Amino acid sequence: MENKDLLLQVKDLKVHFPIKEGLFSKVSAYVKAVDGVSFDLYRGETLGLVGESGCGKTTTGKSILRLNPYAAGQVLFEGVDILKLDKNQMRPYRREMQLIFQDPYSSLNPRLTVGEIVGEPLEVHNIATGQEKEARVRRLLEAVGLSPYHGKRYPHEFSGGQRQRIGIARALALNPKLIVCDEPVSALDVSIQSQILNLLKELQEEFQLTYLFIAHGLAVVKHISDRVGVMYLGRLVEICDSQELYKNPLHPYTQALMSAIPNPDPTVKSERIILEGDVPSPINPPAGCPFHTRCSQAFDLCYQQAPQMQDMGQGHQVSCHLYKQESSNKN
Amino acid sequence: MLLLTHVLDTIRGFAIMNKSAPLKISKGQSLWAITLTRLFKNKLAIVAFSVIILLILMAIFAPVITSFDPNRINLSNKFQKPDDIHRLGTDDFGRDVLTRLIYGTRASLLVGLASTGISVTIGVTLGALSGYYGGWIDNLVMRLVDIFMCFPFFLMAIVLASILGPSIYTVMIVSGILSWPSLARMVRAEVLALKKREFIEAARALGLNVSSIIISHILPNVFSVIIVYATLGIAGGILGEAGLSYLGLGVKQPQPSWGNMLSAAQNMSSLMFYPWLWIPPGIMIFLTTLSINIFGDALRDALDPKQKK
Repeated sequence: MENKDLLLQVKDLKVHFPIKEGLFSKVSAYVKAVDGVSFDLYRGETLGLVGESGCGKTTTGKSILRLNPYAAGQVLFEGVDILKLDKNQMRPYRREMQLIFQDPYSSLNPRLTVGEIVGEPLEVHNIATGQEKEARVRRLLEAVGLSPYHGKRYPHEFSGGQRQRIGIARALALNPKLIVCDEPVSALDVSIQSQILNLLKELQEEFQLTYLFIAHGLAVVKHISDRVGVMYLGRLVEICDSQELYKNPLHPYTQALMSAIPNPDPTVKSERIILEGDVPSPINPPAGCPFHTRCSQAFDLCYQQAPQMQDMGQGHQVSCHLYKQESSNKN
Repeated sequence: MLLLTHVLDTIRGFAIMNKSAPLKISKGQSLWAITLTRLFKNKLAIVAFSVIILLILMAIFAPVITSFDPNRINLSNKFQKPDDIHRLGTDDFGRDVLTRLIYGTRASLLVGLASTGISVTIGVTLGALSGYYGGWIDNLVMRLVDIFMCFPFFLMAIVLASILGPSIYTVMIVSGILSWPSLARMVRAEVLALKKREFIEAARALGLNVSSIIISHILPNVFSVIIVYATLGIAGGILGEAGLSYLGLGVKQPQPSWGNMLSAAQNMSSLMFYPWLWIPPGIMIFLTTLSINIFGDALRDALDPKQKK
């Protein structure tokens, strides 16, 4: 991990959506979708981002791509803070980072042929036109496991898995360095899921891609990620090596998530941690640790003070008061 | 009649050809092709479409179809009953009614097309901008729409037409300007829904600017709404022309239009003794709007994505 070089650095990313009310659109409150997320992404790795619905993982991913007007904080891509760039300065960076979407039915324009969809990025960024563009589109379609003649067809003539492949081809067209995968398999059948995941892995090697892989199930993330970050209510609660996280989850929320992974062996009785209650509203998050309302191990400090991210060794970072003593003892 | 059957056969042939095309075709079938196939399976739509085509041909080839001059006055020949020479008789100035009817098609279709053109241009532009940008632009456009919708069509039309003075252009402008708000609303609603689709986000992630997103990604998907509206709007334009001309605020005599032909026949003696003056234009208006409306409805059904084949 030490000799890997940094591709993307997110520092204290905050996305607060204003809630507008009344005739003059007065801002009455903010939805704190993302509230201070920081992480590093190294070249060539896959960082999984997990958490339940509404925890801000998709918002985080889209903010990194500048698709979100309310993003604040710093997003350093190869050392440049892209949140501060204007539209024209941003343009070359658009080539470097692309997005794969969750819903393959809504992510392709139904009026365009597959060839036009995959070729569009090439034209927009003046990379290739005419014959050369078509040749490139054919190569891209082959790279994602489709046939070149599929380029003349329309999206509605394909199945969900094939459509997702088209979406991947479009993301690859610009030869980006970073691809944000926004739950790319959660809309697909289980049998297709593994195909797409394996395809993503192969492409990562072939094109030297870095993935930010957003998902809400740990099983999918385990398959593909080198490191995993766990989000809860707009904050990162734990981030570490993928293997380490599955062996030794520290945060009570991560432990609860882990216990929800079904075990295929019926003789093993797994102990499930059932979380009580609902996720608190991101409009008015609880004081102190955001997880204290549902945490079985919460104590008085959790109600008063928000925990800071702390390193538990080997890049295993966790944001929980339970480990305060241990880390101070170690130091 | 021969022409009609010929047109029908061609269209039917096209539909069958498309239907029996095997799945092996290497070229994909676009949504438009599917719509066309579906449309031409509707027999009523084919009939309506043929009527519309006939009317258009009639308007274009008016001088070929009839040898009379629509405006030549021959007072010695007025109020002639329909016979072999004047197939629909002559009017109070001795002008051939059939000829005026055929030339009237021009006025009606022109007004229908031009007014729809105006209202589609304004409606689509404002609707798309309002839906895409939201915020104060949206508020401004929608309040404008509300204001326009507050006035009854004919009242506004009469006021505007009396200010601008009666002419065929007045009719075009008046019915164009008064009918865009409903389209703007429909387009806005569609754009609002489309804006949330992920392919728009993909386009933004590619760095496309707003105008190319609207033109190449949003509008093609709103097109089905626009085309249905435009079809039905042409019928509205024709009716508007007939109404305004009937009130003497539309197409001015001696230029023939169905509306002012009706208007000219608006007296007791014409109504009682010369039915050939007002029945034909009435039937033409009825037939045209009916065909266009049927065709528009069929188009709407064919474009409905929920309907499979």
